Amino acid sequence: MGIQYKQIKCTVNGTVRETMVDVRASLTDLLRNDFRLTGVKKGCEVGECGACNVLIDGECFNSCIYLAVWADGKSIRTVEGLQGPEGELSDLQQAFVEEGAVQCGFCTPGVLMSAAEVLERGKEYTREELRRELSGHLCRCTGYEKILNAVEKTMKNRLGKGSEQ
Amino acid sequence: MAVGKSIPRLDAVDKVTGRTKYTDDLCDRGALVARVLHSTIAHGWVRSIDITAAQAIPGVVKVITCFDVPKHPFPTAGHPWSTDPAHQDVADRLLLTDHVRFYGDDVAAVVAENEVAAAQALRAIQVEYEELPFVLDPMEARREGAPRLHEPYPDNVLGHTSIARGDYEAAIREPGLIRVEGWYDTPTVQHCHLENFICFAFMEGDRIHVVTSTQIPHIVRRVVGQALGIDWGRVRVVKPYIGGGFGNKQDVLYEPLCAYLSLCLGGRLVKLDVPREETFVCNRVRHAVRSHIITYARPDGTFVARKLEAFSDQGAYASHGHGIAAKGMGAFPQLYPCPNVQADAYTVFTNKPTSGAMRGYGIPQAMFAVESHTDDVARALGMTPMELRRKNLMPQGYRDEFSKNENYHDTFGQCLDRGEAYVDYARKWAEYEKPQTGPVRRGIGVAAFWYNTAVWPIALETSSCRIVLNQDGSVQVQTGETEIGQGADTVQAQMAAQVLGIPVEKVHVISCQDTDVTPFGTGAYASRQTYIAGFSIRQTAVLLKERILRYARELTRMDPENLDIREGKIVRAADGRVYMTLGELATEALYSLTRSQHLTAESTYQIKTNAYSFGCSFAEVEVDIPLCKVKILNLVNVHDCGKVINPCLAEGQVHGGMSMGIGYGLSEKLLFDPKTGKTLNNNLLDYKLGSFLDHPELDALFVENEEPTSAFGTKALGEPPVCAVAPALRNAIYQATGVAFDEIPINPHVMFREFSQAGLLKKEENHV
Repeated sequence: MGIQYKQIKCTVNGTVRETMVDVRASLTDLLRNDFRLTGVKKGCEVGECGACNVLIDGECFNSCIYLAVWADGKSIRTVEGLQGPEGELSDLQQAFVEEGAVQCGFCTPGVLMSAAEVLERGKEYTREELRRELSGHLCRCTGYEKILNAVEKTMKNRLGKGSEQ
Repeated sequence: MAVGKSIPRLDAVDKVTGRTKYTDDLCDRGALVARVLHSTIAHGWVRSIDITAAQAIPGVVKVITCFDVPKHPFPTAGHPWSTDPAHQDVADRLLLTDHVRFYGDDVAAVVAENEVAAAQALRAIQVEYEELPFVLDPMEARREGAPRLHEPYPDNVLGHTSIARGDYEAAIREPGLIRVEGWYDTPTVQHCHLENFICFAFMEGDRIHVVTSTQIPHIVRRVVGQALGIDWGRVRVVKPYIGGGFGNKQDVLYEPLCAYLSLCLGGRLVKLDVPREETFVCNRVRHAVRSHIITYARPDGTFVARKLEAFSDQGAYASHGHGIAAKGMGAFPQLYPCPNVQADAYTVFTNKPTSGAMRGYGIPQAMFAVESHTDDVARALGMTPMELRRKNLMPQGYRDEFSKNENYHDTFGQCLDRGEAYVDYARKWAEYEKPQTGPVRRGIGVAAFWYNTAVWPIALETSSCRIVLNQDGSVQVQTGETEIGQGADTVQAQMAAQVLGIPVEKVHVISCQDTDVTPFGTGAYASRQTYIAGFSIRQTAVLLKERILRYARELTRMDPENLDIREGKIVRAADGRVYMTLGELATEALYSLTRSQHLTAESTYQIKTNAYSFGCSFAEVEVDIPLCKVKILNLVNVHDCGKVINPCLAEGQVHGGMSMGIGYGLSEKLLFDPKTGKTLNNNLLDYKLGSFLDHPELDALFVENEEPTSAFGTKALGEPPVCAVAPALRNAIYQATGVAFDEIPINPHVMFREFSQAGLLKKEENHV
């Protein structure tokens, strides 16, 4: 049986990309191997850890269990797409830096994408609700404490309820 | 002052933007893909392997079996090499083996052009085994007639050491003593760093290059040389950023095999990326330890005589071996000094995944046993656990004659005071002691821990550092100490900035370790690096500063003794007059037509001290008895790790250790099929790693007694945070329910069994 390829067209971090993909490939493979977006991490490749999470049409998915061919016609955002046009850090990224939410950094890009989706809803969540929203991610370094601090701080600042306002 | 400030991690911006390069990110896309074929029996011999079908699969480049590999036995433990053969690690590994010793052992490897072909090839290999009886339990493995794993160890005992103090047998004859005995079990758990082990290898000239996710690049270099039977200088090991290690990557894992596969293919680029399922089984795990403790105490709580036996489950290969059980046993007579102690630790081979180093290195196992037992003794004596601890914990001034470690301060008293006040312990303890009858009950528990920094005097402690001055007055710093996510680079920059007198932004730490250019060092383990690197950073920075000020003499006509560097400027020490910036001096020094000099310094410091690092955990829980569910209401760790170099990073270390302690105490356990020896839950769904929802708020408190032996007053913090969490949780659950659990994890299955036995579950709730 020969390898089957299919042509897809999708938007990746704001740029339209057209490419041939192996129909068996995951979106993780496409983003990492073809587009060299290596901020997308592989921690389990079966949808357990969340390290590969990306936004697809604004919704967060485990890209490792999302076929690359399904990305046809979709808009995809990875951690590489979080910075501003001049390369400036987003408020969320800045909060991760300031709050010490990063250790080994391997879960970080995935968590950032889930948090980006949650915060873009513009709703206010309790800390307990934020835990539920982010519970698809595993982190072995931080005990989640400072990640939660960073996400909560960004949420409050965006809602005008932060201590920095 | 750079030391003591919460500056952001040097690599934080790279890590939040996704531009940090880990091993896989650096590997060329054209790499050949290697996969390992693992045994499907727990013990036996490979009699034959048929690779014909596998080799015929399109895209398969090479199949290597256990019959093909060179027979150079090698050790894997991330220990410094010993030039004394008697102290060298056990060399019991080959690249692939025909003597299978656990379900998942490495019997063949395939190299293919892509992952699909490699996976197909693994399925197409036919292995014929001669099965032997296997043994999974260390107690059974010691019995006569048990299956033997390794020829030199007829009783499967890899190591047995003892500690004897006073006269235990005579002491226990004292009339009126109260005897308390218990058995305590800890589980096999895995590190679960988010980045699985991965490496790639290729050749240039006659040298083999290995890029790997490791904590110990210089040790990997040596072991690759040993395993391949080639000169160590022909091996170059590169360690980029790594996605966590926690001790698993303090072992040499598949680097030698990957290097060998590249060698077999004329030096072509070969990548070996271990899937999560294999990481659980075929890397390393934490030793499960069964501990037996007997305490004889007077009614006033004085410990008169104590006995410990510990049986440590080594699994199939020696790896770090008896060091883990020995370290755990070493804590026993020190945490609660007692005049009469008898202790024995055994490390026993079983047909299970290999146990190695994991955060805490034997101390979490020992602390679960010892600190659970402390509460059992307190209950038997009618004392409060706090009273009994305060009476018996290591006092200020205690000195260990072997390590020369000394408890310079009343660390335990201060840590207990701090935590007790923070969690309102005394009031809650009294409240929860009142009879509780409902289905939901509360308890509060405390546990202390013993830890020490680094490995001296058991093994070598050395650190090397190189500092190079740039034209702008900034410096590059390199040490042999390895960034693995804990923040080593950042605290090293802070220490270098402090001694040199320059802003921390002017210190560029070269994070990537490359054994061709990085100064020699043994790596990230034993919570050693901040303590150890401090000495070589200070020594090298002082050396560079002397050279800079000597150069400044020509430019300022001031004696170097009258000069200083402050905030990156050359100043006169007495009145602070600024002569020039360090950048101006460096530029002049490099480009001078009369006296050109590249100002650099490099030095090695051998460390012959070590330091205790103690603290305690407090846990408050709510137990829903019918649901067999524990909710953690409060969890607080208190640490005396000496001077805190970076409070934010230090808190992060403590949070991560506490998180690992929660999993250890309540949910994590690898399970093995008794019929086959197969690991049953080797994935992140069935292995219960705690999520955001399983965690309470975590509180990290510090008591900063500066360590007098240390270059910067600091000492161990990486591993200590995990050590006392599980027993604190167990003791809290004990108070809440009256059930003295003697095993972890205290998961719903265990609670259901114990609560049923204790009559806590009513009939109608007792659905089976």
